[in-house]
Amino acid sequence: MSILRLPRFVYDEIRAHGEETYPHECCGALLGHPAPEGWRIVASVRADNTRTDSAHNRYQIAPVELVHIQRTARRQGAEIAGFYHSHPDHPPQWSPTDFAEAHWLGSSYVITEVAQGKAGRTNSFLLAGTTEEDKHFEDEAIVMDDESIGAPSA
Amino acid sequence: MNILIPTPLRPFAGGQNVLQVEAGTVGEAIHALTGAHPELRRHLFTPEGKLRAFVNLYLNEDDIRYLPDKENTRVSAADSLSIIPSIAGGSDRRGGRGFGAMQINP
Repeated sequence: MSILRLPRFVYDEIRAHGEETYPHECCGALLGHPAPEGWRIVASVRADNTRTDSAHNRYQIAPVELVHIQRTARRQGAEIAGFYHSHPDHPPQWSPTDFAEAHWLGSSYVITEVAQGKAGRTNSFLLAGTTEEDKHFEDEAIVMDDESIGAPSA
Repeated sequence: MNILIPTPLRPFAGGQNVLQVEAGTVGEAIHALTGAHPELRRHLFTPEGKLRAFVNLYLNEDDIRYLPDKENTRVSAADSLSIIPSIAGGSDRRGGRGFGAMQINP
């Protein structure tokens, strides 16, 4: 199982973002560096959810915002390592839509459950595979600083 | 011009995050890119040769789908072309939108 390493301030930030946008889904990118066991995250970048028509159960990041995030990452000597979003009043497991819309192979997809406005469990899934045809999500352990948060839980 | 390669496609582009190509148009730039790195082709295009729906190409700040000349748009050495796979998803949760629920009178 791969490991996503997060500084505590990033972990807190993405969960706070989910609480702020509740009852809508939040979204953003994770910047980091590759490590033997998975990504080592150094920063998160908030993004706007452009799915204003159905923001309670959908998110989308405008591609031009991703262009800017990619530039930011390059300037910082980092890479886009993954993305995060929230599931308001829904478990932090990837959904069929999450899977169908996931195209960043090798990236981490972090999901935080926000129940009645409070952040609950946060899980991470690695989009494994080499093509659209064989892609699949794998459970990923989150390690925050030196403290293990554990593997995804339902 | 520079072509910015997103993280997931770097293994198919020699591990590089930026590639330089000589091209007069966006289409020529992509052709030069896939010529140098043929493995990228199946990630960018369908078997029918169409740009995959989730792949966005941005010439500087502009989505080439909305440029008048699309892939025939002229480029210069100072331009940069970004390849950006889309990001979207959602919980699929059924039910209310949190507020503004519709009232139905009996």
